[in-house]
Amino acid sequence: MGKYLITLSSEGSILRAWNLPDGQMWWESFLQGPSDSKSFLFVPTSSKADEDNTILVFGKGSLHAVSSIHGDIVWKVDFPDESFEVQEVIQHHDSNIIYVVGFVGSSQFDVYQINAKNGELLKHDSAAFDGGFSGEVSLVSKAKLVVLDAARSTLLTISFQKGEISFQKTYISDLVKGFSGMAMILPSKLTGLFAVKTITATTFISMSSEGQLEVVDKINHATVISDALSFSEDRQAFALVQHGDSDIHLNVKQNHDWSSDLLKERIKLNQQRGFVHRVFMNNYVRTDKSHGFRALIVMEDHSLLLLQQGEIVWSREDGLASVIGVTTSELPVEKEGVSVAKVEQNLFEHMLKVKGALMLASAEDLAAIKGMGLRSSEKSKMTRDHNGFRKLLIVLTKSGKLFALHTGDGRIVWSLLLNSLRQSEACENPTGINVYPWQVPHHHAMDENPSVLVVGRCKPSSDALGIFSFVDTYTGKELKSFGLDHSIAQVIQLPFTDSTEQHLHLLIDTSGQAHLYPRTPEAVAIFQLEFSNIYWYSVEADNGVIKGHGLKSNCDGEVANNYCFGSREVWSIVFPLETEKIITAITRKSNEVVHTQAKVVADQDVMYKYISKNLLFVATVSPKASGDIGSATPEESHLVVYVVDTVTGRILHRMNHHGSQGPVHAVFSENWIVYHHFSLRAHRYEMTVIEIYDQSRADNKDVWKIVLGKHNLTSPMSSYSRPGVTTKSQSYYFTQSVKAISVTSTAKGITSKHLLIGTIGDQVLAMDKRFFDPRRSLNPTQSEKEEGILPLTDSLPIIPQSYVTHALKVEGLRGIVTVPAKLESATLVFTHGVDLFFTRLAPSRTYDSLTEDFSYALLLITIVALLVAIFVTWVLSEKKDLSDKWR
Amino acid sequence: MDKGKAVMGSGRRWAVDFTDNSTTPSSRDIPDPPGFYRASQEQDDSAVTKQKKDAEANWKSQKAWEVAQAPFKNLLMMGFMMWMAGNTVHLFSIGITFSALWQPIGALQGVGKVFEPYKDSKVDLLAPKLVFIALNLGGLALGIWKLNTLGLLPTHVSDWVSSLPPAKEVEYSGGGMPLR
Repeated sequence: MGKYLITLSSEGSILRAWNLPDGQMWWESFLQGPSDSKSFLFVPTSSKADEDNTILVFGKGSLHAVSSIHGDIVWKVDFPDESFEVQEVIQHHDSNIIYVVGFVGSSQFDVYQINAKNGELLKHDSAAFDGGFSGEVSLVSKAKLVVLDAARSTLLTISFQKGEISFQKTYISDLVKGFSGMAMILPSKLTGLFAVKTITATTFISMSSEGQLEVVDKINHATVISDALSFSEDRQAFALVQHGDSDIHLNVKQNHDWSSDLLKERIKLNQQRGFVHRVFMNNYVRTDKSHGFRALIVMEDHSLLLLQQGEIVWSREDGLASVIGVTTSELPVEKEGVSVAKVEQNLFEHMLKVKGALMLASAEDLAAIKGMGLRSSEKSKMTRDHNGFRKLLIVLTKSGKLFALHTGDGRIVWSLLLNSLRQSEACENPTGINVYPWQVPHHHAMDENPSVLVVGRCKPSSDALGIFSFVDTYTGKELKSFGLDHSIAQVIQLPFTDSTEQHLHLLIDTSGQAHLYPRTPEAVAIFQLEFSNIYWYSVEADNGVIKGHGLKSNCDGEVANNYCFGSREVWSIVFPLETEKIITAITRKSNEVVHTQAKVVADQDVMYKYISKNLLFVATVSPKASGDIGSATPEESHLVVYVVDTVTGRILHRMNHHGSQGPVHAVFSENWIVYHHFSLRAHRYEMTVIEIYDQSRADNKDVWKIVLGKHNLTSPMSSYSRPGVTTKSQSYYFTQSVKAISVTSTAKGITSKHLLIGTIGDQVLAMDKRFFDPRRSLNPTQSEKEEGILPLTDSLPIIPQSYVTHALKVEGLRGIVTVPAKLESATLVFTHGVDLFFTRLAPSRTYDSLTEDFSYALLLITIVALLVAIFVTWVLSEKKDLSDKWR
Repeated sequence: MDKGKAVMGSGRRWAVDFTDNSTTPSSRDIPDPPGFYRASQEQDDSAVTKQKKDAEANWKSQKAWEVAQAPFKNLLMMGFMMWMAGNTVHLFSIGITFSALWQPIGALQGVGKVFEPYKDSKVDLLAPKLVFIALNLGGLALGIWKLNTLGLLPTHVSDWVSSLPPAKEVEYSGGGMPLR
């Protein structure tokens, strides 16, 4: 609107105006109303920027008129009927009457006439239609609406402006031959025209001023239309995009004139983008004064394409802004053999280089040489490197597209729009859940490609049936996919693999039955060996219950097969709902490697860490304090944290933070947990660390016993032996609020750890674990200082240099994933939000490799010089010896 | 030690001995010159030779004792160097400690060789050898003690435990909040 952009956010409660040239916020107003409802923004089309216009906003159950100059609420109308749902707000150019139309319930249609100047309710008409409405409304002309009835088989034309409401029924089957099933009105804002989508085709229907409906065209392909765009005096156009076999057709048509096209283009399109979801258009004036059009299309995989003159001008993979699952895959091993084609290629490249060196190369050749340099640069090679820095990041986005990103330069190696996660008859609204490594070949299955498992479900609800899809990570091809006959509540990666290095997965459905994958007899045989030692637990946050389950050999339900196992409840922890509400439950990463169980403290003493993968950290808050910060007083809020053994249900540690509240972000690694919460008493954020030590091993203090192997340190550990544990804990103030916490992970777990904290400023801060050491004290002794214990301070220092993201911002940061590299000192960090960020960290510096700028030449020269010196001095000494002897 | 070697002529690689001590005329091609009686000369010299041999044995045993006591000086020197090197682990202290360990070991390996020159039927080498060995063992002990003060000896539990992998767990449990 002029040079301002008006936005309505927070469920229709905050209206803001932004200055378009510099993006500053101009004004902001808060809308209040009695109830939550659909929100709706209506900006009059004729507004000029300088005039004071009113913007009509429907939100929180009432209609607000807001001044466009300073954002004040001019007037406000509460509708008498609370269930009134506004569908359209109509205002004519030169009248003071605003029409507000909407439905009450499912079968009553209401029209309110409101004075635009003062908000006075002028007139209220209402009429009921016994067939019911189905929601979608298309405003065809200024006084007519088209609506589908509840059965979605009849079109209703509603005319309301003449002071009365009249319905006119038209059966779709009369208009469209062979119609059956359901129809849908495509959302569009065209005058005199609307589109009805049926299963087989999209039908365009025009309406004459008398309300006569007439079919204009019928298109069998998937079709999307844009809103109308007025490009000159009373000429309006809209864009229509339809799919061909491997390309899309973009037609720009004038509103009144269906038969002719202003523009007709055909664009080749990559198959991996799916269907067009939305189209927006824009016009420009060509040099010959004719009108040109460009179209921005949004594809099924959430990528953006700008089309102009039959070409894709640019495209963006905006699907990567909504990453929901990340895993990594190794790159192929470098092949020893050389093929003939490769030799030719090498020769050709060599020729080019020679040409370039002799200054004979043309511009094209130079570009080719440059490209070659980029391709063959060490960083972006498509093969495994010695240090394990080059990997593929396999990323699943919300749109159901899988991307493989190269860690060297962040390019998309391949992308795949998973067919199993697209709409189909079997699955109406499939969503991806996560992506897991499925087959990670090493050792004996080296010749097979690694693959990942994408898990999805048919509907966003938890009881929907699951979907499996397996994707080869080298080629980016879907190997196979199938729908499951059960729902997915949890996916548990078991620590076993079969002979082809496929990981065993246990899927728990909503009825508590466990399903084993892959479905092979071998997998079952492996699983049966460990059958009695496998447990699973569920955290039911709504009921405040944590339950532990064991497995039974048979399924209870109707789907009894060898791969399905029932479960029996082993333990449960019930939190009283009136005092405690579960807000966070985290556990250790299942693939974390721990190098040692001992922690050497001052004076060579040893503490034994309690390292168990079966520990769960749970944080609960009082229900009053579960809202935003400030909604509860310190007296009525408390935060309780638990460390629970998930095999036996034993609570190893419980701590109550009085006057603290969530949100709690926590990270669990080795034998420690660090979590972030807000202290209402101190008005500051706090970070607390808990370390768990094993008391049952603490008496292994005799050197000789250990040298001779008489100790219980390597004997298998069972949760049922009830090992005694001690915990140490300490809290510190922290100045920033946090979006995510993660911890670095390395290949062998020797390197010291850094905490990676995603701050509210969308940056990643690396903090040494030494800051979170419960053994810190105000005055550490000399030996403690030697051990590396820092003196205790009340708050944690934020060192600006330790921002991993430097000056960059990872907009909308959501998650931090760390992957070990092959080099022990290095860890790979992938941060995703709207932006993606990848870096390599060395928490203890690169102690096991020479830095990149190390001068190998100098080293070689030194060695050669030394060898020469040795030889020369040897010869000289021989000579001297000889002459000595002759004397 | 060196002095003894030089006296014994081991500094030279080879030598031609022009004096001939062989007693049997048959082994010689050249006949003795007239008037020269080999047997009478030997009998004349026997008293002198015996005296000489006694002196040599004395001298040998004296030298052997000298050699046996030599490591004592070394020991003192090492102690001083170690005291100078300090108790922190760095290149200098490690170098000194290892040389302090290596020298006695090397010396102990070559005990026989060191006393080879003084081998004589009349000289009793056992006592000097024992002294030599004891002193070198003392040096070795000094080196080990130094190694320990540097913290390089695995005498603590922590030195043995750190290499032990974490114990395996019998049970496996997975799960969490239901996936959304």
